[in-house]
Amino acid sequence: MKRNLLLSFIFISPYFVFSQDNLGEIHGNFETNLQSYNEDLSIEAEEADEIILNNAYLNILYNKGNFSAGLRYESYLNALKDYDPQYKGNGIPYRFASYSTDGLEVTVGSFYEQFGSGLIFRTYEDKGLGVDNAMDGIRLKYSPISGLYLKSFIGKSRTYFDYSEGILRGADAEFNINEALNLDIKTNYILGGSFVSRFQEDKNPVFNLPQNVSAMSGRINIIRGGLYYYGEYAYKINDPVGAFTMDKNNYATGSAIVNNITYSQRGFGISFESHRVDHMEFRSERAKEKEFIINYIPSLSKLHAYTLMALYPCATQPEGEIGFQTDLFYKIEKGTLLGGKYGTKIDMNFSRTNSLNGGNSFLNDSNEHTPMLISFKGEELYFSDFNIEIYKKLSNKTRVNLLISKQKYNKDILEGKTKGEYGIINSIIGVIDISYKIKQGHTLRVELQGLLSEQEDKNAKYADGDWSMILAEYTISPNWFFTFQDMYNWGNPYVEKQLHYSNVSVGYLKGANRFEIGYGKKRAGIFCVGGVCKEVPSSNGLNLNISSSF
Amino acid sequence: MKKIIISICISILITASLVAQDRTLPNIKVKTLSGKSINIQSVENDGNPIVISFWATWCKPCKKELNTIAEIYEEWQDETGVKLVAVSIDDARSMSKVAPYINSADWDYEVYLDPNRELARALNVSTVPHTFLLNGKGKIVWEHKGYIDGDEEELYEQIEKISK
Repeated sequence: MKRNLLLSFIFISPYFVFSQDNLGEIHGNFETNLQSYNEDLSIEAEEADEIILNNAYLNILYNKGNFSAGLRYESYLNALKDYDPQYKGNGIPYRFASYSTDGLEVTVGSFYEQFGSGLIFRTYEDKGLGVDNAMDGIRLKYSPISGLYLKSFIGKSRTYFDYSEGILRGADAEFNINEALNLDIKTNYILGGSFVSRFQEDKNPVFNLPQNVSAMSGRINIIRGGLYYYGEYAYKINDPVGAFTMDKNNYATGSAIVNNITYSQRGFGISFESHRVDHMEFRSERAKEKEFIINYIPSLSKLHAYTLMALYPCATQPEGEIGFQTDLFYKIEKGTLLGGKYGTKIDMNFSRTNSLNGGNSFLNDSNEHTPMLISFKGEELYFSDFNIEIYKKLSNKTRVNLLISKQKYNKDILEGKTKGEYGIINSIIGVIDISYKIKQGHTLRVELQGLLSEQEDKNAKYADGDWSMILAEYTISPNWFFTFQDMYNWGNPYVEKQLHYSNVSVGYLKGANRFEIGYGKKRAGIFCVGGVCKEVPSSNGLNLNISSSF
Repeated sequence: MKKIIISICISILITASLVAQDRTLPNIKVKTLSGKSINIQSVENDGNPIVISFWATWCKPCKKELNTIAEIYEEWQDETGVKLVAVSIDDARSMSKVAPYINSADWDYEVYLDPNRELARALNVSTVPHTFLLNGKGKIVWEHKGYIDGDEEELYEQIEKISK
């Protein structure tokens, strides 16, 4: 009640306070996603009792000089089936006010924050994934001298329409040596360190659980011309779930290390990234589901944009994995044999992730146990992907994108199945994407995709087998697009599952407004963004999406 | 509770109707590729137009848009003096691919990093690509969501309208 009154005050205040001069600016954006759900037994799609489900939100931001305030109204009546049903009803879960003066920035209410690369703390929102773990509390950012950046916060993290029981406190310092000392040298050094701690009362009558669970990390960033290095190490103290029997409480600590090196110059770039993660999931409450996670450990694999390339996506196993990824970007100059008239772009990527030698600390449940630091050979493979993408402009009218990828996907581990249920799926995926400009503003684009797969363990349960996909898109710039796509599971070992998943959609864009209406079937599967994944149920129905900003 | 929400909404509407709709860039820091923090408000172009384009290395239409413009960027600059600022929303997963990608693609744009989408959020950018056009006084005069082939022509028409 009091909070809402305060909020009204925040929004009315500019009217009184600033009525004299410039009143500031108000802007926002709105989005609604409406979907109908029909029963379709062939793809195991269920009808929704409500027939139509809807997710919608409106953001409003007010800015005036160094002051800003904002809110988000969210509506789930009821939430779309690929969202957790605990998103239910209407509300204003996000609202904040913030101002900055002489290097100090104060934020009260909701905020998103990230320390370093997010290994011990990152709150963010991703509407597509249904992730929103915004903090509610107080945040201060202060820069006492140029090059030194301090941040601290205290608050609770959001899950659905609620806030966690755990109180989170954290601080981060970043020191840009060159900026601070005004050094005029070619190499830039940036150092950083963070600390985050969670308080949750120990109500367990039997065991003495840590009420304050902390995590800390240190990082270094060195940049010289085209050369870039980033390294970060994180450590988390033991965080038992608080069960009533000893064997269910786990007192293992966690750690993570990240190393990235990249080099680039005109026409050429290369990067190498690696990480080792051991029992490093950090949650806003003891013993809660993954929706309570407050740190971010992205998966080491390329985020594919084509459907079949992303059919079997990699997901980080924060309980324990070691992996690396390397990328090569190259542009063959125009006028050369391979470059042709317009030049040719080639991107190559290889990634590989496997289990930790000796199992992760959680499995070993011991403060003393440490799995081997680095080990690739002989460990259980989680994911690997080798892919090449070639982009070529053939003429003023035609552009072609060719991709090929070879992937290994451990379905048991990455989808949380029983060990040995499906085993490893080997697949080869090819994509041809051609755009052809018919006349001024009119373009036809066609994608042909194919996936051939094979399971390593012949006695395991069958996965989905082979797929093909066709997509045709006709666009009229700047306002219209028409899309048809069909995914066909022609190689499914079960004949009754050799189905087509077809979709049509029409979109209209004008300025900051976008309307899209579509109809068709969606396949059940895993949908991922940045190594965070969710399971999406199959569906058959009509969808309408409207988004707008002002 | 409901009454309060309604009263908030009304107060917003009143304020909104009174507020001048000149839109400028918010007071938000982004990072340069060499790790320096800069305020986005400090981006300037001697009174010439500025295009701010939000993109990511994993976003196909974004790269298509920026690669297409890269081919004609010199002409655009000569004719209108425009400057393009590409703000990457790549997070920790793909942030280290940004510099190798833009260097290999030979872009001449000014590039900034916004890994936890602070600037994107402050400009109500929910999906990428999302493009803004600023006039010589730093006011946002046009914006566009998404990219389909040929959209760069509309953007150029808008730039021509406001260039001196």
